[in-house]
Amino acid sequence: MTTIQAPRTPAVTRRRGVNWEKWGWIYMRASGVLLVVLIFGHLFVNLWVGDGIKAIDFAFVGGKLSDPFWKVWDTLLLWLALIHGANGMRTLVNDYATKRLTNGILKWALLLATVILIVLGTLVIYTFDPCPAGADPSLVASFCPVAN
Amino acid sequence: MSTPTVEASVPAAAEEHRSFTVTLIIRRFDPEVDDEPRWQDFDVQMYPTDRILDALHQIKWDQDGSLTFRRSCAHGICGSDAMRINGRNRLACKTLIKDLDISKPIYVEAIKGLPLEKDLIVDMEPFFASYRDVQPFLIANSQPGAGKERVQTIADRERFDDTTKCILCAACTSSCPVFWTDGQYFGPAAIVNAHRFIFDSRDEASSVRLDILNDKEGVWRCRTTFNCSEACPRGIQVTKAIAEVKQAIVRGKV
Repeated sequence: MTTIQAPRTPAVTRRRGVNWEKWGWIYMRASGVLLVVLIFGHLFVNLWVGDGIKAIDFAFVGGKLSDPFWKVWDTLLLWLALIHGANGMRTLVNDYATKRLTNGILKWALLLATVILIVLGTLVIYTFDPCPAGADPSLVASFCPVAN
Repeated sequence: MSTPTVEASVPAAAEEHRSFTVTLIIRRFDPEVDDEPRWQDFDVQMYPTDRILDALHQIKWDQDGSLTFRRSCAHGICGSDAMRINGRNRLACKTLIKDLDISKPIYVEAIKGLPLEKDLIVDMEPFFASYRDVQPFLIANSQPGAGKERVQTIADRERFDDTTKCILCAACTSSCPVFWTDGQYFGPAAIVNAHRFIFDSRDEASSVRLDILNDKEGVWRCRTTFNCSEACPRGIQVTKAIAEVKQAIVRGKV
């Protein structure tokens, strides 16, 4: 006698490809933990250590952005925070923009803004010149040839 | 209490049980007359030990027979009378007057996120549809030994004990802000009932249910706002249950 194993079992349609919602969720959790460290580390070094907030000037930023450690730190901060924020905004758009067109426009605008900001930010971090030619020697970092 | 007379000591005990006037403002909607829901207020004489359901009964029986609401057992088990009381999803039969601030009117309205049918009644079908989607029944192809039951250790039973308490009142699902705006989301109650079988050692279809919930409209829509845990009249840790399902999906095993 043949019996059906489980009658009336609806066919489970296995989605193909990457499960973006799942990875999006995992990304939010993982980047969130990292961002807590990165952001508070950033705030601590910029606003607390040494002279605190008074130390921030062109030379301070120039000094930081010529140190490979801070370059990596800032790159991570930039990429993780922007994608984290954009993904959160995407969720909000999905929540409130029920019209297909509005939803599409907002999400494309979001993607565009995120990509532009990431590209520009990364460009600044890696092409930043801490010792621009003809700069006032009192304003640039101490390791610059023109600094006094 | 302060009066030492015999005469006063009896009313003193009764003092706490004196009735007072409570104003209920109820969101009414009659689809045959109204275009939009409207708020209507009623004054009722209530005792502190009375429940919101008693107030609704008093209105329906003595003041306005057209007031429409669901209730069945009236003792917090059937899950018929979930409603939004002062902005929070509660069972009318489990909400005591004395636990509310009666110096102000009490606002009562239907639960949100489901189609309003009349007064405090909503169409529960979308809610039950997503409940059915998670296959909330034991799926086991193996047979227990002849004359035996499917045995389970106490620890294995404990694993999903919390989620067995669900009475399907929809208080959690209709308190979820994601469910309000996204009608496709399974909602907390469906996930709770999936959890009940996913973590049941006797069940053999955990992977099927995890697959169903590992969807665009599945557990990933949950944003852990804890509205559901706060709303549950059975005290189920709903958000925790959802988190456990997420974990099981991420790890690929129960």
